[in-house]
Amino acid sequence: MFGEPIVRVEDPRLLTGQGRYLDDLGRGALAAAFVRSPYAHARITGIDVDGALDVDGLVAVYTWEDLPGRVGEPLPLLIPHPALTHGRTAYPLARDVVRHVGEPVVMVVARDRYLAEDAAGRIQVTYQPLPVVVGIEKSASAEYLVHDDVPGNVGAFLVQEVGDAPAAIDAAPHVLEFRLDIERSASMPLEGRGVYARWDADDESLRVYSSTQTSTSVRMAIAAKLGLPPAKVEVIAPDVGGGFGVKIVHPWPEEVLVPWAARLLNQEVKWAEDRREHFVSSAHERGQVQFVRVGFDDEGRVLGLDVKILHDHGAYTPYGIIIPIITSTQLLGPYKLGAYRAEVTSLYTNTLIVTPYRGAGRPQGVFCMERTMDRIAAHLHLDRIDVRAANLIQPDEFPYDQGLIFQDGRPLIYDSGDYPALLRKARDLIGWDSFGSLRAVATAEGRRIGIGFACYVEGTGVGPYEGGHVEVDSSGRVHVSTGLTSQGQGHQTVFAQIAAAELGVPISDVQVTTGDTRRFGYAVGTFASRAAVMSGNAIALACRRLKEKALRIAAEALEADPRDLEIADGQVYVRGNPSASIPLRTVAVLSNPLRYAFDEEAQRATQFATGSSPDEPPIAPGEEPGLEGKDYYSPVRSTFAAGAHAAIVETDPDTAEIRILRYAVVHDCGRLINPRIVEGQIHGGVAQGIAGALYEKMEYDSDGQLLNASFMDFLMPYATEIPRIEIDHLETPSPLNPLGIKGAGEAGVIPVSAVIASAIEDAEGFEISAMPISPDDLFRLRRH
Amino acid sequence: MKPPPFDYHAPRTLGEALDALAEAGGDGKVLAGGQSLIPLLNMRLAAPGQLIDINRVAALDTLVREPGGIRVGALARHSRVERSSGHPLLRQALRHVAHPAIRNRGTVVGSLAHADPAAELPAVLAVLGGWVEVASVSGTRTIPAASFFAGPLESALLPGELAVSAFFPSLPPRSGSAFAELARRHGDYALAGVAAVVELDASGAVTSARIGCLGVAATPLVLDLTPYLMASGAFADAVAYVRERAEPDGDIHASAGYRRHLLGLLAARTLSEAHATASSPGPSAHRITGGTTDE
Amino acid sequence: MNERVYEIGLTVNGVPRSATAPARRLLSDFLRHDLGLTGTHVGCEHGVCGCCTVLLDGDPVRSCLTFAITVEGREVTTVEGLADPDGTLSPVQQAFQDSHGLQCGFCTPGFLCTVTALLRDNPAPTEAEVLEGISGNLCRCTGYQNIIKAVLSLSRGVSRTAQENGAGNATTQRGSGDHVR
Repeated sequence: MFGEPIVRVEDPRLLTGQGRYLDDLGRGALAAAFVRSPYAHARITGIDVDGALDVDGLVAVYTWEDLPGRVGEPLPLLIPHPALTHGRTAYPLARDVVRHVGEPVVMVVARDRYLAEDAAGRIQVTYQPLPVVVGIEKSASAEYLVHDDVPGNVGAFLVQEVGDAPAAIDAAPHVLEFRLDIERSASMPLEGRGVYARWDADDESLRVYSSTQTSTSVRMAIAAKLGLPPAKVEVIAPDVGGGFGVKIVHPWPEEVLVPWAARLLNQEVKWAEDRREHFVSSAHERGQVQFVRVGFDDEGRVLGLDVKILHDHGAYTPYGIIIPIITSTQLLGPYKLGAYRAEVTSLYTNTLIVTPYRGAGRPQGVFCMERTMDRIAAHLHLDRIDVRAANLIQPDEFPYDQGLIFQDGRPLIYDSGDYPALLRKARDLIGWDSFGSLRAVATAEGRRIGIGFACYVEGTGVGPYEGGHVEVDSSGRVHVSTGLTSQGQGHQTVFAQIAAAELGVPISDVQVTTGDTRRFGYAVGTFASRAAVMSGNAIALACRRLKEKALRIAAEALEADPRDLEIADGQVYVRGNPSASIPLRTVAVLSNPLRYAFDEEAQRATQFATGSSPDEPPIAPGEEPGLEGKDYYSPVRSTFAAGAHAAIVETDPDTAEIRILRYAVVHDCGRLINPRIVEGQIHGGVAQGIAGALYEKMEYDSDGQLLNASFMDFLMPYATEIPRIEIDHLETPSPLNPLGIKGAGEAGVIPVSAVIASAIEDAEGFEISAMPISPDDLFRLRRH
Repeated sequence: MKPPPFDYHAPRTLGEALDALAEAGGDGKVLAGGQSLIPLLNMRLAAPGQLIDINRVAALDTLVREPGGIRVGALARHSRVERSSGHPLLRQALRHVAHPAIRNRGTVVGSLAHADPAAELPAVLAVLGGWVEVASVSGTRTIPAASFFAGPLESALLPGELAVSAFFPSLPPRSGSAFAELARRHGDYALAGVAAVVELDASGAVTSARIGCLGVAATPLVLDLTPYLMASGAFADAVAYVRERAEPDGDIHASAGYRRHLLGLLAARTLSEAHATASSPGPSAHRITGGTTDE
Repeated sequence: MNERVYEIGLTVNGVPRSATAPARRLLSDFLRHDLGLTGTHVGCEHGVCGCCTVLLDGDPVRSCLTFAITVEGREVTTVEGLADPDGTLSPVQQAFQDSHGLQCGFCTPGFLCTVTALLRDNPAPTEAEVLEGISGNLCRCTGYQNIIKAVLSLSRGVSRTAQENGAGNATTQRGSGDHVR
């Protein structure tokens, strides 16, 4: 079961239109819409709602002035960090000043979304425009400020350091210096965000559905904001139409406002974000400028690397500085450098907030490191893979301590890996050594092709914890729950595989619930490629507890030693004597001394009943009724997955079009729970990587207007733009967790821009320093 | 992203449609396929007070082959015309219009009336020297392609007028056509595109060579390249001339210079292909016989 | 300001359905909110993503770019109407499950409707024809790899061995351009 590429149990529902996504719920709910700022930076001088009042079906209009107490306070800063000296967050509705286009200013509630938009369109907000800061350089110049009280527009200044990199570089035989640029993109799930809230006045409780990557934390945030006991707030992540990072941010303004309004109005209220809103009021990622200085020896070994990173975090920092922390640590990849220094300046701009998007800072770090490797190779006239090989951490060096502090606040120590094997496999898969002859043929035909390569290491499965709960009911069904949420990763399938394997039950008996605080209250969330590692192991541990209890009860009933028992196909039996067995469902009945004969199983169980001693309580101290297991998995530190990608691209000598001829992935995420699902994750990640390398880019003008806020102009690739992806695996188990697994969710996206840049550079013969790259960009570069 | 309210009219005859349009005046908008209009409504970039939905006017759902070409009624969808027009250049161009699901709904005449300079069909109508039949309560008129496209997203239609059909002249014997465009993604509006028609005489000499360019000017740019193609070896001059005549704007997808560059490449490609087709022996696939099209 | 409403009737998945709605009600919203058929999803509301694709008299159209009232009296098939009445998945649905052609499932109904019509009109599409056929539908999860595999698995024109070799076939080159020009 574990390790098998079984088909997904989620699919029949989703294939027949029976999925339940946020906007599929609450058919009778009132609809919310927002008046959002058309200015990137302005002072609000007046709000006139009169025009909206005669819209039929209008229910309520709210501005910041209407928000009471904590509802009206700035949203929380989720992940404080000592380096984030000037963290700032937005109000749920703008108070006085707006700092990016799309910032919510007025909330409208009406009978349906059409009417809510009608009313929103009739509200007049007057603004006094303020100077706009767009772009990393403009922000760094500090000519104008995004926040009056943030000098230099600098939110955070962070240094990561091992050894004395500047000195090592100065002493090195070879030194290179260059600048790299990466543009903004975004998670862009096909389902936008959304919140639907029901207030139960009789019970004084709130149920909230949110298209979120963390229902437990949304619950705690809403309880705190609305002054409700957490026990009176339930938050459920229904089916979620993709997340890719953006839905980990919480609470979004709407996650506070919609439940607040539902309670105030005592009516169901729903807000389903539309695509235009998603472009200007959710979050983006990736934008960085990097200044690199590297010193190396004749073999290409890096003696010192010094990187100055300017990171654009947008108008506010609700999610802290996780992205540049990850960039500056994961930049090191599979390499051991002589000395390393990264200096991050995280800057405010009058643009949408920047929060993790699949890869979360890693693509930028890998772009830096891998571009550096290519430049070293070019400078020394060495093979690009050989230069990488000369710098690799060797298999006998694990655990390998990079000497830095990772995103989880723990030492950056790689748990396991075999990087030379990854390199070899990728080299073979793409045919690196025979590329020369391929190129000769192409050249003879007047075609231009190039080959590129890049490696990455990805910290996955960050803590602090996840939990799992497993219960067997008297019909033998196994109910598994975990608090983290699902956005299409197939958790219901892989967690069922784990439970089925651990318990010895058919997978068809296992039902998995995720992201429902009614079932599991403590969780962190789905991000950082952590779900399989964290909840997978927690569920395995919970199953082991349950199994231990089941064997104990069964042993008593079968008058056997628990050590002689096994479970298979839902039956507990004595090893070597299959006739002495008891179904798990009967054990479930026996686990509860209260045995009303509601079903046949309870009646059947009486034959196994072992009267407890009249001198002892029916439930022994420390015992609990029911056949349940619950446990948490909390790792000392992250696991580290790794991979190597390679690609062959063709660049059209005339049109400058760029076409990927082959894309090869070698990937190591430890033991595979379900290879089919892991490959699916890689496919999706690589496609997003290609999107970020060749198509997608947020185009702000100098006034802070997003010029391509639609799917017509933000070029998410169709099937016609994505090449076939070839995959090979390596399985180096993690020694850190019981299942030996590492995360796989984000890996695919991480090295793609680096690989494509490497291949284009190889085809064209000049340096590629900025991504994404369009045919027009290539056309211009050719003329320089 | 929900459309704003409007008064809705659902005429069943052309007369009813024209009456409704006349009454609406400048506040009226015609809904045919809606594949350009409804996105604008959903984004609230357009808010007509009166919407005249002509989808029930069966008389407009026509595709008629006439001796000199093909007449496409206002309700003929792209996919039907692509399948059944028998006009090679229309077929070549329609394959590039958005995606199949859009082509199942969008109409050829609607696309012309929308007058997007980056769209395929205006360039095709222009290079063929076709025209649009227009009706209003005060009568009908014929507007040649050369004057139908007035500016970006601006046609010569006046308030109260309905484009009832478009006429795409057929190609003479010994002629060839080709269409090519480059877009960032498959199905996107083109960065640049060219529809080319080359005609030969009995000896195989070029008698006419014209291209219609899209995406490189405010309206479809038609260029007569006959002199260049008549003279052998003047191909490079033709390309230079095309690039010189184009007036592309740069935008977030491509600079003006790149569009100009592409246009030259596409002109060369399409002219060669059209010339080759015209030169190839065999039955003239370009003849359009009379009568209603059979699907 | 009371907006005029209309009684709008359609045949949806073979069943006559009707509801009262204003003329501006998009077919997507009419199906989802007025008729409660939420399987049709809305991903962009400007006709680019294809999530809302339904079959109108058998042909794929964007329900977000169609007013319900315009198609009054006509036949609409949604994802809810693709499986057999007894719940057996249609061949296209089954192929998507077998090939892992979906992840979050949000774009899936649009793909299923598109592919159902594609294979009806062309039971043996080549890989190029499959790409062209699904080129109007965005998916953010799968990188399209397994969607293409699912559709090709149903194509009578593609031999079983060719499909199996597909993933690792180094010489078959499919990139951003083959089918564009």
